[in-house]
Amino acid sequence: MAEKVELNEIEVWDGNYAVSQALRQAQIDVVAAYPITPSTPIVENYGSYVANGLVDGEFVMVESEHAAMSACVGAAAAGGRVATATSSQGFMLMIEVLYQASGMRVPLVLTVVNRAVASPLNVQGDHGDMYAGRDSGWVQIDAFNAQEAYDLTLCAFKIGEDMRVRLPVMVHQDGFLTSHTAQNVRPLQDEEAYKFVGDYKPYEEMLDFTKAVTYGAQTEENWHFEHKAKQHKALFDSAKVIDEVFAEFKKLTGREYKRVESYMMEDAEVAIVALGSSVETVRYAAEQLREEGIKAGVVAPRCFRPFPFDEIKEALANVKSVAVLDRSAPMGAMGALFNEVSSALYTLENRPFVTNYIYGLGGRDFSIEQAKTILKEQKANADADDITTNIQQFIGVRGPKLGFFETKRS
Amino acid sequence: MIEIRWHSRAGQGAVTGAKGLGDVVARTGKEVQAFAIYGSAKRGAAMRAYNRIDDKPIITHEKFMRPDYVLVIDPALAFTDKITENDKETTKYIITTHLSKDELIAQIPELQDKKDRVFVVDAIQISLDTIGRSMPNTPTLGALMKVSGMYDLDFFLDSMKRVLAKFPQKIIDANMEAMTRAYNEVN
Repeated sequence: MAEKVELNEIEVWDGNYAVSQALRQAQIDVVAAYPITPSTPIVENYGSYVANGLVDGEFVMVESEHAAMSACVGAAAAGGRVATATSSQGFMLMIEVLYQASGMRVPLVLTVVNRAVASPLNVQGDHGDMYAGRDSGWVQIDAFNAQEAYDLTLCAFKIGEDMRVRLPVMVHQDGFLTSHTAQNVRPLQDEEAYKFVGDYKPYEEMLDFTKAVTYGAQTEENWHFEHKAKQHKALFDSAKVIDEVFAEFKKLTGREYKRVESYMMEDAEVAIVALGSSVETVRYAAEQLREEGIKAGVVAPRCFRPFPFDEIKEALANVKSVAVLDRSAPMGAMGALFNEVSSALYTLENRPFVTNYIYGLGGRDFSIEQAKTILKEQKANADADDITTNIQQFIGVRGPKLGFFETKRS
Repeated sequence: MIEIRWHSRAGQGAVTGAKGLGDVVARTGKEVQAFAIYGSAKRGAAMRAYNRIDDKPIITHEKFMRPDYVLVIDPALAFTDKITENDKETTKYIITTHLSKDELIAQIPELQDKKDRVFVVDAIQISLDTIGRSMPNTPTLGALMKVSGMYDLDFFLDSMKRVLAKFPQKIIDANMEAMTRAYNEVN
């Protein structure tokens, strides 16, 4: 049995360290990883726990991120609790196997440190990798700081392994801004954390030789569509389980998570929708603008997949103008979050104005001042009762103001 | 909120120093943030690390900062990096150098109107004498305690012993001596 670790009530951990501790506490059977860049210090730390006898499970070193995810899928199908970590280019190499994992309905956990995707090569934070996973059939949950990265990693096992879900789960955090930023983290003690996650319950495990099962079968035109339809429904239906797990976590820790987080939205006239650590920066900006009399609020999808369509709609039902922020190069389209939020808002009686801001690519700083500028532009839209800017703008990029689409609503 | 910016070279321990400071401060009931901007820089490249300290949870994640303290832990960076960038009228500077304060300020025009807010300490020499290699991060924290009055020296040393607990006793002792010397020598 692995040694227990006594943790302080308050630790100063960065996101990487926080997640590696959560993985240790979850008592995982197999972690398969390719522990160099572009993987993360998460598996580097985890490797040291293995070496120091703090982990009972296997740590499998493989030759690439593609192999890492492949080994994880195999181990999960065999019937164990499985997790790994990746980032950026490593994530891109895993993508083929991400679809295999969700298609085979194996519950494994992937902790992702969101970073830019080359070329040009860049190791800083943006959401390019996270967005590339959005059709992969995984549950995708987003942490905005190190505490949340820890909490949500524990929740991820419980969500994915629930018999009503049995899907793989990604826990995202921002590269550097969360992964390498040390902050106060209040962890659970080992026993408490493990009790919350619970024992792994195998289902249709390949190592049960009394009952042969097949994973990764071939289905052509005859059954493929039905399989995908079931998988899609399972992902949508996981929302209920996510809510239950969040409720249970709140009971244990007092820390509350929702599939859509709303801040200062009760009376908000204008709002920003964002993902990642920027959600917190924007909250700070909104608080300051409220002192200047602008009723600003913030809405953030905690759960990127399944996409919380109704909850987004409800959160923004009464605002006049919304800025949706995308931290990924949209490449010839509107930002993905903009598109999804807009589609949710389209069914509202009083549709708010919605514009799109591309920001922070490759780790470019996103400042409180920029967040305020965005909110002030929403206020101008609300006052003019029309969109006063281009529909899509780049904020924080060098050179003259860059914007696209002057299409007005009226 | 107190904000601190470290100017360092990769390998000089600014990240460890910033995290160590965060660790000490967090144990006194405050909220902290410690981060760095370095990307894929190699040992010797100029980089910056940052601390934020507040009574309530710190929710800003912007890199932009108007620092209350600027810690320059590599002597050459005082000349080559923009150490006064985004400073305030109250920003205090602690600069590692073998020069006297007057000699240093005479060579850096940006510091000439901030004379009463500039403090010098030879953290490189102190670390060579005590730790046995150039490791200016912990002595600079000793100097920061003196200049800021954040905590008294004994309390700080005690807290740092816990932060450094994973190191052999000899190294912990050397760091204690380094911090004490910097505390006494900064001027």
